[in-house]
Amino acid sequence: MSISFLTQKFLRAFFTIWGIVTFVFIILRMSGDPVLQILGPDAAPDAIEMTRQAWGLDKPIWQQYLIYFMNLFKGDMGVSYLDGRDAMVIVGERLPKTLSLMGITAVITFAIGIPAGVYAALHRNSFVDRVTMSIAVMGFSIPNFFLGILMILLFSVTWNILPSGGSETWQHYIMPVITMATAEAGVFARFTRSAMLEVLNQHYIRTAIAKGVPWSKVIRGHALPNAAIPIVTITGFFVGTLIAGGVITENVFAWPGVGRLLVDSVANRDMAVVQVIIMLIAASMVITNLTIDLAYGWLDPRIRDLRAVG
Amino acid sequence: MTDKFKMATLSSSPANRPAENRKKKLSRFFRRYPPLVMISMLVLIAIITVAIFAPDIAPFEYSKMDLRSRLQPPFWLEGGAFKHLLGTDDLGRDVLSRLIFSIRMSLLVAFIGTIIGAILGTTIGFLAAHFGGWVDDAVMVAIDFQAALPFMIIALAVVAFFGSSIYLFIGLMGIYGWERYARITRGLALAARTHGYAVAVTTLGATPLRVYARHILPNIASALIVNMTLNFPGTVLMETSLSFLGLGIQPPLTSLGNMLGFGRDYLTTAWWIAVFPGVVIFIATLAMSLLGDWVRDRLDPTLK
Repeated sequence: MSISFLTQKFLRAFFTIWGIVTFVFIILRMSGDPVLQILGPDAAPDAIEMTRQAWGLDKPIWQQYLIYFMNLFKGDMGVSYLDGRDAMVIVGERLPKTLSLMGITAVITFAIGIPAGVYAALHRNSFVDRVTMSIAVMGFSIPNFFLGILMILLFSVTWNILPSGGSETWQHYIMPVITMATAEAGVFARFTRSAMLEVLNQHYIRTAIAKGVPWSKVIRGHALPNAAIPIVTITGFFVGTLIAGGVITENVFAWPGVGRLLVDSVANRDMAVVQVIIMLIAASMVITNLTIDLAYGWLDPRIRDLRAVG
Repeated sequence: MTDKFKMATLSSSPANRPAENRKKKLSRFFRRYPPLVMISMLVLIAIITVAIFAPDIAPFEYSKMDLRSRLQPPFWLEGGAFKHLLGTDDLGRDVLSRLIFSIRMSLLVAFIGTIIGAILGTTIGFLAAHFGGWVDDAVMVAIDFQAALPFMIIALAVVAFFGSSIYLFIGLMGIYGWERYARITRGLALAARTHGYAVAVTTLGATPLRVYARHILPNIASALIVNMTLNFPGTVLMETSLSFLGLGIQPPLTSLGNMLGFGRDYLTTAWWIAVFPGVVIFIATLAMSLLGDWVRDRLDPTLK
């Protein structure tokens, strides 16, 4: 990978983070006087003045912006209005539950979506292909909150075999994971199928078959590695939908994770916590996209050897 | 192959021809308009009709409470009555009437949001294409930025900082998806500017505004319309998701997502409050997606 390719990607990641921090700063300042929001509208004038000085809010806006940045780098993102604890600590406590849910969902999504897509592509227009693709379309058309509620209705309320909320045992994972993985696996199956079909139409596949390469080797050695490249590129999109889907799913199943914390904090207007979560999501999205760009460059020799060309 | 050929020649004897022609026409018709697409279209027409004529169709006022008949099941279940076809909710409000008004609200928000998004994105795309330079760079950075954060998170952040009001919410729905219109418009406008017709009207002295609005826009409209139809179900889902979380449409107004969200608390006693709006969201978005795919294939095969 060439140096300019790497610099460009890193610069872009840096600018995106900077843009998001600025975005949060702007809407934070636009949404009203933070002092009045903390102390309430009936606060005494000298109390307001003191807080303003203590928080650096009497300084010009560009200095506030710099201070805001410095605090971010120091890891100081403020305290929760609700219980007065450090917002980073509050979010950190919830993180493992969310990551475990997302990790399991990601594994299940890949394990079902990709093989289903490959199989459907290799048996194009067969009965199995049609059934798989119909299920895939249904899967990503059903809203995740509705799927979750239907499952609670069936498995918790009617049959009483699965817990409807909480996260203590492995049974608690079943419904949230299915809720999140259904749509994702559907998207992956459809995308993998079209990526495979695209590759199977290429000349090098025809050449390989003409050379007498066994079919299984054509698939493993020629088709799959090439189809992997577009699949890797949608993984960034996948992480985005996983985060958004996680917010909803955690709420449906009363999952004690970051997604539920976000919605509760938004409802209570607990700015510090909301801020931490947005920064966390932004950072993970940017890191994901950067990793994908790098992986893409590493997987695809046309990009890997860009320096040789230009 | 030969058998089929023979049969074809045999069956096309003069006596059979009209019947066969009709069959051919029918099969051609179904290829152009697949049954699934026809059903989707009917579903969508039905939903739009319900949305437009909601006050005339709904048997009750959607916020009318009747505390004596709370949590009444749909008519086919024990305890249900024809008075409330789909039952009542926790305050004795008619679920069918609420459903009809929710469809109206959800469609309206998604519709206005889509229009705002299309106008905003297209304008930004044209500006980027016309001015180039730093304007173009700024737009591209904004597009990247938009793609780097899931829209739901941006929406949640805005609601957290500004509180939720219906106008803010519709505005948010208008921002959703703007970057796709901007990207398409920018690309197509850059290409179109070099085409003969655009060069010709520019040479004739047309102002840039006239060139873009009267000449280039009609030429790239099909791609934009395709994007609108593909975006619409996403907007409906975004609205219902946020309302479901209690951060979108607020009571006393009602939308499909907000009905589902409140119905969730009564799953054990009154499943119908949550399930009917859910079914409507599912069917509506499925029909819209199928129709959108079909429109894309017909209008703009290159986007496939």
